[in-house]
Amino acid sequence: MTQKKPEKLIDENDVRIDGRKLKDLRPTKIEVGVLGNADGSAYIEQGKNKILAGVYGPKEAHPKHLALPDRAALRCRYHMAPFSVDERKSPAPSRRELELSKVIREALEPSVFTEYYPRTSIDLFIEVLQADGGTRCAGISVASVALADAGIPMRDLVCACAAGKVEGRLVLDLSDYEDKGGDADLPLAYMSTVNAVTLLQMDGILSGEEFEQAVKMAVEGCKQINQIQKEALRAKYSVAKEAETEKEAEAGEE
Amino acid sequence: MPVYYERRQLVTPGDLLAENDYFAGENTHKENGKIYATRVGLVNYAEKRVYVVALKSFYVPMVGDTVIGKVEEVTLGGWVIDIKAPHLAMLRASDALERPFKPQKDDLPSLFDVGDMVIAKIVAYDRTRDPQLTILERGLGKITRGQILEITPTKIPRVIGKQGSMISMLKQETGCQIEIGQNGRILVNGKTPEDERLGVMAIRKIEQEAHTTGLTDRVTEMLRKEKGEKEVVKSDAKETRKTD
Repeated sequence: MTQKKPEKLIDENDVRIDGRKLKDLRPTKIEVGVLGNADGSAYIEQGKNKILAGVYGPKEAHPKHLALPDRAALRCRYHMAPFSVDERKSPAPSRRELELSKVIREALEPSVFTEYYPRTSIDLFIEVLQADGGTRCAGISVASVALADAGIPMRDLVCACAAGKVEGRLVLDLSDYEDKGGDADLPLAYMSTVNAVTLLQMDGILSGEEFEQAVKMAVEGCKQINQIQKEALRAKYSVAKEAETEKEAEAGEE
Repeated sequence: MPVYYERRQLVTPGDLLAENDYFAGENTHKENGKIYATRVGLVNYAEKRVYVVALKSFYVPMVGDTVIGKVEEVTLGGWVIDIKAPHLAMLRASDALERPFKPQKDDLPSLFDVGDMVIAKIVAYDRTRDPQLTILERGLGKITRGQILEITPTKIPRVIGKQGSMISMLKQETGCQIEIGQNGRILVNGKTPEDERLGVMAIRKIEQEAHTTGLTDRVTEMLRKEKGEKEVVKSDAKETRKTD
């Protein structure tokens, strides 16, 4: 699997190795309600990332001692399928996955009105089927849509996107290859109505000025993701609506 | 009084619906004088109130609601019942017997066993207590026959209709007894399997087209058409037999 590193990740025309411009997102597609057994579900494809999210609840918390007296317990499991990466990943939850589960939970919790449903639990499962960098961000975006599909009341959809530095240039939405060959990665989750950041991490080195710019870029990326999330939710429900108007039109012709 | 959407437009959580002079109704919340949607649904503006009719939701118990539940567990002093809500409900033996409960004499599993379906009413529920049920009222108790179907609880008001117009029409047209649980379970009890089939079909249609207008009329039409076809087939069958 040893690939030869290309000379440059960004060429002289500011085009990245996958053909994107510096401030472009990867092509992103979200589908809502893909799982029949979960209360809410969604699927995202962002570049080569393929991630499923399922939501159950609010329901009685099991085991009972995990229930909180004043709000619902949001429980989150981020997991990568063994076949999601080049070399088989052990299906057991790794240290990294446990940490991401916690971070994702904390990114989503401020958006959910957990205080409406005390002593219950909301279970959230994020399954990465294919990984290509930025899975935590895509995971947060898709999980938020799945929560909305489950009918759980929310302040806002949480959208997430990363920015970073590759070969001295600031870029948006790093792919796995850019992440590994780059200088810095800065994932960020964001709620647009309250203009609040719910997740901000960074690895690598950025100067103070670059950091500020990267945050601004990531927020812009989040806003684009937010539009895709809303369209996905509308698409699911307007299908029923359109079928209806067609039927009415036919009835009118008769 | 700015308003950002038309009536009955589809909104998603976080959409800004209105500002300042409005009150935040169902499935919305107000922050710094701005009203946002909290669920996916159709927005509506009543005089001074903004609310969203959710397209998908789960049941939240309310005191006084009639619900259809399934017995999950028989305990020493009552039953644990699943009413499709975030919490399991309790039905105490004293709320099921019309006399004081005597643990030595009364055999609870013989009244309701695990898996039985029950129509019950919620008598108590709040943030700190699990819902409490009773069956000591007319029309409540164990379900012995009929079909139960489940729909999203937000669509129950559509099945009932304005002042019960839809439900009374359904009962009349299908000849079925129909009991509605606010938790999204509906019991259809007909004299013949054919009646039940019609009832179930009508409710499924209502579920699918809940967000459209003029639904009662269309359901009536559909039922009459279905019934008409059946009768034609029946009379055809008779005639062919005669000619034989």
